[in-house]
Formats: sequence, structure tokens, C-alpha cells
Amino acid sequence: MNTLRRIVALAVKELLAILKDKKSRVVLIGPPIAQLLVFGYAATFDLDNIPVAVYNEDRSAPSRELVARLTGSVHFDIVGHLDHDAQIAPLIDNKGALMVLHLGPQFSEYLKRGKTASVQLIVDGRNSNTALLALGYLRTILTDFNIDWSRQNGLPGPPASLQIRPWYNENLVSRWFIVPGIVGLLSLVITTIVTGLSVAREREAGTFDQLLVTPMRPVEILAGKSIPGILIGLIEGSFILLVVIFWFEVPLRGSLGALYLGLFFFLLSAVGIGLMISSLAVTQQQGILGAFLFLVPAVILSGFATPIANMPEIVQQLTWINPMRYFMVILRGVFLEGDSFGLLYNQYWPMAIIAIVTLSLAGWLFRNRMN
Amino acid sequence: MKTAASARMRLIGMIRKESLQILRDPSSIAIAFVMPVVLLLLFGYGVSLDARHIPLAVVVEQPDTNTTSLIGAFQRSEYFKTQSFNSIQAARRSFDLREVFGIVWLRNDFSERLLSHGNAPIGVIVNGVDANQARITEGYIQGVWQVWLGSYAHSQGVELSLPVALEPRIWFNAAVRSRNFLVPGLIAVIMTLIGAMLTSMVVAREWERGTMEALMVTPIRIGELVIGKLVPYFVLGMGGMLLSVAMALWLFDVPLRGSFWVLTAASALFMLVALGMGLLISVVAKNQFVAGQISIIITFLPAFILSGFIFQISSMPEAIQAITYIIPARYYVAILQTLFMAGDIWPIVLSNSAALAVMMIIFLGLARRKMHKRLDA
Repeated sequence: MNTLRRIVALAVKELLAILKDKKSRVVLIGPPIAQLLVFGYAATFDLDNIPVAVYNEDRSAPSRELVARLTGSVHFDIVGHLDHDAQIAPLIDNKGALMVLHLGPQFSEYLKRGKTASVQLIVDGRNSNTALLALGYLRTILTDFNIDWSRQNGLPGPPASLQIRPWYNENLVSRWFIVPGIVGLLSLVITTIVTGLSVAREREAGTFDQLLVTPMRPVEILAGKSIPGILIGLIEGSFILLVVIFWFEVPLRGSLGALYLGLFFFLLSAVGIGLMISSLAVTQQQGILGAFLFLVPAVILSGFATPIANMPEIVQQLTWINPMRYFMVILRGVFLEGDSFGLLYNQYWPMAIIAIVTLSLAGWLFRNRMN
Repeated sequence: MKTAASARMRLIGMIRKESLQILRDPSSIAIAFVMPVVLLLLFGYGVSLDARHIPLAVVVEQPDTNTTSLIGAFQRSEYFKTQSFNSIQAARRSFDLREVFGIVWLRNDFSERLLSHGNAPIGVIVNGVDANQARITEGYIQGVWQVWLGSYAHSQGVELSLPVALEPRIWFNAAVRSRNFLVPGLIAVIMTLIGAMLTSMVVAREWERGTMEALMVTPIRIGELVIGKLVPYFVLGMGGMLLSVAMALWLFDVPLRGSFWVLTAASALFMLVALGMGLLISVVAKNQFVAGQISIIITFLPAFILSGFIFQISSMPEAIQAITYIIPARYYVAILQTLFMAGDIWPIVLSNSAALAVMMIIFLGLARRKMHKRLDA
């Protein structure tokens, strides 16, 4: 009974310490919302309005038809027509166009004689991902053109054709992939910062020593310091979830309970790491620095933006100790793949272990790191 | 003459004090030198968009020479690692458990349709959750398919004649290595972090510890205070920058096609912007908790997401594109990616440097104006 009262008292005190300062309050509420909206729209790999310039030396009906297919696509935006070779390099160099489509003077002649007419495509490879995607879009347009041309001219089509079906995200909207990830990203940032400074602040002010001489046991201090972080994380996380579901309209196909269980374990491990950093830090500056040194790799190595499978083996193994990695799978599994507890079992327990280990270390550090 | 001499003395004293503070608190040195190395190592190896050995389930309902040659084309591709399943149900289970990223499914009438009227369907399912990865995988699958079509036609003694064939040439990065654009972009992200982190807490700390009051009673002028705080951190930050460039060149084998001096000049300019931003944060916040929070929120994530380092700015909605103009990393990323991969393309270097110069003046000017030598402010 006393234990509970002491924990609640400490938790309330911690919450007040964070919320009573107007600037801290603003920092906790304003930026996450702004970031959610901005990043939700900004973080997409889908390409629209790719600037393309056309260098058409042929100017016949078939070549114009091919160019018209580009004009009609949402992915491309024709920014200019060139009339000699020398214009290509400066246009690409200065990023005036991402690609230049070059149809030679014999394009339609070859096409009509049934010989393969080749089309040159010069792509700015400075961003290789964009280059590959843009090339993919153009290939699709060309494949369709080939099929239509063959049909109109009574030529045989290819002997076998691909029927590709993406599952779970049928139109391949990359926002559906990124936006659920932002739930994890922002709740991790907020929780780590809130807890990462909580012990360091008291150490700097000298009140931590006072806390240690109160009848509170380390476990109680640990609980009292963890609760505010988890509470703030849960509230902000829920708010972000609402925005993801109702504003960005990402389909929620799986079990919300499975998602919240994941969020709870995720926050618990974030709090553990935050408190561990905080009790290692002597000053708040070191606390912030530590939180940062954890957050940045945690975000990058979580699969949030780039797949873990593409990383070298050693780095992939490093991601096993990153709680965000598991939560990313849960978020995307529940949102898009319609997962429930059963399929996500293997994502929960690693986070629970990370939480137990980091919280115990933090509790131990409370007592053993006095300066 | 006397005033100039004493101004110089005050400035040197201030720089000396800040330098000593840096040397005695190892955390600043850690930010400047350890952080770029650790981050660049992690990111350089960790952030990659080049998929290799994508796990692919293969279901062949009636194996024969045609299906073997098609599946062989997938097996030979370095992009895929195939795994055979007897039935589509078994493959689906593996797909649901995320053991395989896609399924290639040849139904039992595949060869029959291939030989009779053509257009035999090759069923492909890919996991679309990561849309970008799915699109890139689709591209690779199309590549394998086209290679196979060519060899199939050849085996039938005919030439495959496509009406139109594409000859793509990818400039600046013929091998399409994502590391070549990610590593320069990462330098921009890391330098934003370091510049802002280094300075964002310095003034806030002076306020919190009460040493700001001690500084106020000295004859030092505000301008001197600003410069005195900037110089040591600038030197430190540039050291970190050079270290990152060296790692990009020799560890990650990113080509540097532009000139090193242009790179250094642009980086110095950007470093001043980042330090100015950090200084402004610390002047406004006056408390390390808030200063640290703000610097994390307005530096790392915007530099990561809104700078064009990984997500293409031109694909963002107009309103978001407008926001990217106030992100300094945007200009630096453009300069770095061009300098490393394309060379000294002056229109890009100069226009982005001009934007950085304007931002530098704004940040440092604001920091100078907001920093009062008064207690009530």
C-alpha cells in the first residue's frame, strides 16, 4: 500500500516537473503533431511529376503517340522538347530534367519495317533509387506501347507474360508503409527524451541524492520514473494513431489490441533505455547526447525507411537489440497485413527482454553511480 | 587603436575560455569526432536501398524443360534467392510468415499455353507492404522475364523482336549503387546534427549555471560573445566534416568528381548555418532540456526526411515542398550529391550556396539580436 502511494507520488511529481514548464509542454505537444503531418506527406518514395525532356528526331505519328503516353501519365511531366544532342548534358547536369527520352530519326521507319526500334533514355543517377523507379515507370509505359503496337499490326505478342499482383498494398502507395512507421518514430523520440533527462536533471540540481535518502526503494524510484514516460508515450502514440487512421486513411486491418500490446512493450523498452542513459549521465547535456546517440541509430536501423534485409549481415544482427525494429513489424503487420497476436508473437518477447534488461540496469545504476 | 586592441583581447579571451571548456568536457569532442565516425559507419552500411538475394518462393505445378529454363533464369539472378514449394498453399504460408518476399507461380497449363497460342501467364505475387521495395522487386522480375524471353526465342530458332526496346543510360552512377548518393546525403544529416548539437546547449548552459550573469558584467560585447562561442565549435565541426569526407572516399568508395576546395568551402558555409541554428536555439530556449529537445526535433528528423537526402523533394505536395526551402540541409544535400557524383556544376553549387549564405546571415543575425546582456530578457 505504501509502496503504491510512494510510486504514485513520485510519478505525479515527475509529470508535474515536465508539464509545469510552459516551454517543455509546448515542446512535447506541438512538434510531434507538426512532424506527423509534414513527414506523413513528405516521406514517400512514390514519384509524381518526374520532369522529363523529349528529344524526338523522328516526329512521326508513332513517335508522337509514344510521347503522348508520357504526357498522359501522372508520373511524368514533360518539361521541354530538345532539338540537338548538345542540350542534353546541361539539362541533366543542372537538374532541369531527371531524364531525357531520345527517339532517333529512324524510329518509325524501323518500327514499320518490323525491326526493333531502340529508344535512348538518359537518367540522372544522382539519386539511384529515384532513377530506378523512374526507369521502371517508363518501362511499363513502353511495354504497354509494345503490346498495343503488336496487336494493331497483327504481330505475335510475347510467348509468356507477367501478371504481377502486389498484396496488402495493392496500389503500392509508399505512404501506407511510411506513415504507420511514424507512430513508432515519434513515440520513441518523445519517450526517450522525457525519461533520458529525468535522472540527469535531478543529479544536476542535487535532488537525486535527496530522493535516494527517502524511504523509497530503487524499484519504487524506477517505477515512479517510468510511469510518466509510458503515460506520455501512450497518449501521444494514441493521438498519432488516430491521425494515421482518420487523416491519412491508412487501412487498419488487424487487431488494435495486438497493436497496443506492442506499443506498451515498445514504450517500456524505450523508458528502460531512456532511464539507463539518464542514470549514466552526469549532466543534462550528456543526457541529451546519450538520448541522441541512441535515437539516431535506432531510427535508421529499424527498417523505418530502408529495409533491414538490405543491410550487411553484421548490421542486421545489430538490429536485434533495437526495440523499434520489432515495433515496425507490428505496426505494418497490424495495419496492412491484418495481423493479430498469433503472427506477431515473435515480435513481443524480444521487446519485453530489452525492457527487463534495461530497466534492471537503470535501477542498479541509480544506486551504484553516485558522484 | 586602443579599442581595437582591447576588442581583440576580449575576443581571444572568450575563444580561449570556450576552447578550454570544450577540452575539459569530453562530450563536445565526442560530438565532433566520435559521432561522425559512428554514425557514418552505421548509416553507410545500414542504409541501403539495393536489394540482393530477395527470398522468392517458386511453385511449379507441372515441371518440364520450359518451366526449368524460366525458373533457372530466376535462380541465376543475383537479385533473388529462390525456394521451391510443392503447392501454392505452402508458398502462401511462407509468404504470410514473411519468410519469402514474393511468389512466382507457374500453373499446370503453362507449357501448353506457351506452345499453343502464346501469352502464357506467369503469376507473380509480391509483398506490397514496403511499396518501394516491391516496385524495385517488380523491376528486377521484369528484367529476368525479358532475359528469359530472349533466350526462349533463341532456343526456338527465332529472334525475339520487340517493336521498341529501351536503352537506358544512368549517368553519374552507372552501377546504380545507392551508397553513392546516400553517403554524401548522410554527411549533410550528420553535419546538421553535430553543428546544432555542439552549440545548442552552450548558451542555455550558461544561463542555467548562472555564469551568463558573470559574463554580463565583463566588458565583452554581444558580437564578440557570439563570435567567441562560434570559432572553437567551427574548428571542431570542420574537423568532423573532413573526417566524414575521408571516410566517404576511402571507406565507402564514393567518387568525388568535383573539387575538394569547393566541397570544403560549401561545407564551411553550411557549418556556420548549422552552428548559427544551434546558437539561436540555445539563446531562445535558455534551458538545456528545451534546447536539447528543440535541436533534436528541428535538426535530425527534418534533415533526414525533408532534405531530399532519401525522399525526392519534387514528389512532395506543394505545401511540403515550400517547407523544405527553410531546411538548410536541403541546399547542402543538393551541393554534396552534385559535387560527389557529377562534378563542379556551378549553377547548382552557386544557387544553393547563395541560399545557405542567406540562412547563415538570418540565423547568426537573429542569435545576435536575441542575445541580450540583460537579466530580465
